[in-house]
Amino acid sequence: MATERRFRVWRGDAKGGDFHDYTVPVEEGEVVLDVMHRLQAQQANDLAVRWNCKAGKCGSCSAEVNGHPTLMCMTRMSDFPPDDVVTVSPIRTFPVIRDLVTDVSFNYEVAKRIVPFQPRPMTEEEKEAGSYLLAQEDIDRLQEFRKCIECFLCQNVCHVIRDHEENKRNFAGPRFFIRNAELEMHPLDTADRRDQLQDEFGLGYCNITKCCTEVCPEGIHITDNGIIPLKERVVDKRYDPIAWLGRKIGFAKDQRRL
Amino acid sequence: MADIESHDYDVIVIGAGGAGLSAVVQSAAAGANTAVICKSLLGKAHTVMAEGGIAAALGNVYPEDNWKVHFRDTMRGGKMLNNWRMAQIHAQEAPERVLELETMGALFDRTRDGRVLQRDFGGHQYARLAHVGDRTGLEMIRTLQQNAVAKGVDVFMEHCVIDLLKDGEHVAGALGYRKETGQFVVWRAKAVVLATGGIGKIYKVTSNSWEYTGDGHSLALRAGADIIDMEFVQLHPTGMIWPPSVRGILVTEGVRGERGVLRNSEGRRFMFDYIPEYFAGDYADSEEEADKWYTQRTETGARRPPELLPRDEVARAIAAEVEAGRGSPHGGVFLDIASRRTPEEIKRALPSMYHQFKELAGVDITKEPMEVGPTCHYVMGGVRTEPDTTESSVPGLFAAGEVAGGMHGANRLGGNSLSDLLVFGHRAGRYAAEHALGLERAPHIDDAEVERLTALAVEPFERDEGENPFELHAELQDTMQDNVGLIRNEEDMKKGLEKIKELQERARRVRVIGNRQYNPGWSEALDLRNLLTAAEMVALSALARRESRGAHTRRDYPETDNEHFGKVNHVLRLKDGEIQLNEEPLPQMPEELRQLFEEKR
Ligand code: SF4
Ligand code: SF4
Ligand code: FES
Repeated sequence: MATERRFRVWRGDAKGGDFHDYTVPVEEGEVVLDVMHRLQAQQANDLAVRWNCKAGKCGSCSAEVNGHPTLMCMTRMSDFPPDDVVTVSPIRTFPVIRDLVTDVSFNYEVAKRIVPFQPRPMTEEEKEAGSYLLAQEDIDRLQEFRKCIECFLCQNVCHVIRDHEENKRNFAGPRFFIRNAELEMHPLDTADRRDQLQDEFGLGYCNITKCCTEVCPEGIHITDNGIIPLKERVVDKRYDPIAWLGRKIGFAKDQRRL
Repeated sequence: MADIESHDYDVIVIGAGGAGLSAVVQSAAAGANTAVICKSLLGKAHTVMAEGGIAAALGNVYPEDNWKVHFRDTMRGGKMLNNWRMAQIHAQEAPERVLELETMGALFDRTRDGRVLQRDFGGHQYARLAHVGDRTGLEMIRTLQQNAVAKGVDVFMEHCVIDLLKDGEHVAGALGYRKETGQFVVWRAKAVVLATGGIGKIYKVTSNSWEYTGDGHSLALRAGADIIDMEFVQLHPTGMIWPPSVRGILVTEGVRGERGVLRNSEGRRFMFDYIPEYFAGDYADSEEEADKWYTQRTETGARRPPELLPRDEVARAIAAEVEAGRGSPHGGVFLDIASRRTPEEIKRALPSMYHQFKELAGVDITKEPMEVGPTCHYVMGGVRTEPDTTESSVPGLFAAGEVAGGMHGANRLGGNSLSDLLVFGHRAGRYAAEHALGLERAPHIDDAEVERLTALAVEPFERDEGENPFELHAELQDTMQDNVGLIRNEEDMKKGLEKIKELQERARRVRVIGNRQYNPGWSEALDLRNLLTAAEMVALSALARRESRGAHTRRDYPETDNEHFGKVNHVLRLKDGEIQLNEEPLPQMPEELRQLFEEKR
């Protein structure tokens, strides 16, 4: 029951490239990544595509389909009218390595600069139990951020770096704001990352356009639940250090109220 | 060799899944200069797909649980073919490793008194799996990844290893290439840890990602290591089967742990018809008893529902139902949780399953049953290691995780993989570092060998015509699926072996177009050698084991033969370029452990 469908796929490397036209048979239920694989196996053995899980769990296959940033493995062909030409191109904010594969090392460089998790010591009660004692609510609150599959689609759409290459030096991007939010709200963590967020990671550049939230395949409320609370904490620190301390300790107290 | 980029380390770890990253963290902590090499970006390894949890006898939900019970479950699940010492170390150390992950920043779901919550899984007597929703693997990978980064280890992302290098008998490092540029890289190292995962891509229907091409298994074999138990390939009973493009993608056993049941086209919970003699006393014989087990097992003494039998049993039962004409429309069976839990409970306990079916199959699992069938998931066989240190028969070469053999015997229990990665990854890192730091001189790299290997690697570009590597891979997958699949027999396997030989011949004439820069055709051509070696190892071992045991089922030898095959491992080694198979006696456990099985009876 395969139907022939038309595609325009960007082919090229750092030096440049252009769109190539292909006609590829598509079977029922397939996603864009399936089609790229068939194209690779049958017509273009050297077509560069990054992927791993094919189930929306690893965040490798980010690309722009009809100009829309998305995971290729979660974009179903049935979403497009059968006669339309489907355009597939690499995500735009990061330099192309080849075809649909981009150089996302920027993100791994930012990750290195994040202040690592620093757990508080165990309480006497915990030592006896041989384990940290935590409340499920504290775990639940952080789940949202920890679902992140590092597809970097949010990084790709954030105008602060999408339109201004020079900002990359001073801006961590939404993925790493929520990583920091997660550490800040971690029931065991004790480090203070607020100066770094403001001074090195450019939290202030974010003007809450929410483009990152809209594109996140995991449905993480990056802005509302991550960035805005972080901004509040940074403000707290500058004007009311006691309030921040209260929040950190608040978490510690929460988990004793089990 | 002057033009080849080269690096010097104490320890290199090949693979950045749960085992590899555990090894990296420990090796770096021990003071060894450590690097990790991985085929994908960091944090994308197959471990992220693991959903159910980490098996560890913490005893948080059932205080009766302890390492001895876990050990016994593991050995019984593996049909007693496990390396007893590995199974013992694993059961003893898993709890410590889980708690250690929390000190690194991981978070697990909690019990009401604030401890790590544990969930039920197939083959485990007590609720034992530490988990966080159904994305435990992701939690584990991120935590270890962030720790490795914080320790400042060098990460070679998107680098593939072509072969291990040796200095005499001792391992000396590895040769590989950087995908981005196609350039060759040599890593000289005093110790090498293999943590490359499995071989799933030799099959057509598989839950495994493209990385699972048997690299470690084949690298180790070529380097002279012993490989054991390759006939034991686990089919996970529940993979997606519809639409065709998602066939094989995993449906977590957690669905059954959370009370999901299997039904055939007549609506019958057929697993009650498939409780084998071996497990008879442990499983419920009515739906009523089975349903009591989930919440009132302590009070009522109810036995476990048969949906939670070990994976090999469930996979065979599903195949039998389909063969008997009682399958679902697309050739599987139904997995039903919709009628058993409220939509809220389902979404809470199994969020990624909900998402996966909704997005990929258009099925709402809170309203309709899922269609599922067996999918190739895990290889129990692998590099033979010394259990305590994880060192292989090649000095300086260590192996941990799926690439190592012995731990799981003839069949792995769900949840025992993540714990295996943590326990043996940790040990591999520690002992590899100790080995490296104790070595007097750095091994020597043989330049001529490097030149020979690189010349071989670029040959496919020089051909004007030749075989398409993707096509050869697809043919191999069909061959293995049809001839060395779930139910095996001699005739089919011989046919399979012949075809593998033919494909090996054709693989010598494979052709790659384009240049070396991020060229998947070239990667496929280089992986092909490993895929074919892994397939040959599976077929050879399976053919020689003339009995049925665990994941290895023979139509022509349906009985389990404890007298002979219950006492031997199949050991593979390379001799004059040919794979040789030997039967070697299974290590025997000491009396005090043996008694654990006597008591049970
Ligand atoms: S909300 Fe902030 S971080 Fe997100 S896309 Fe807009 S500017 Fe970027
Ligand atoms: S926050 Fe969402 S969009 Fe950003 S990297 Fe994570 S999963 Fe992707
Ligand atoms: S391949 Fe893993 S998210 Fe698409």
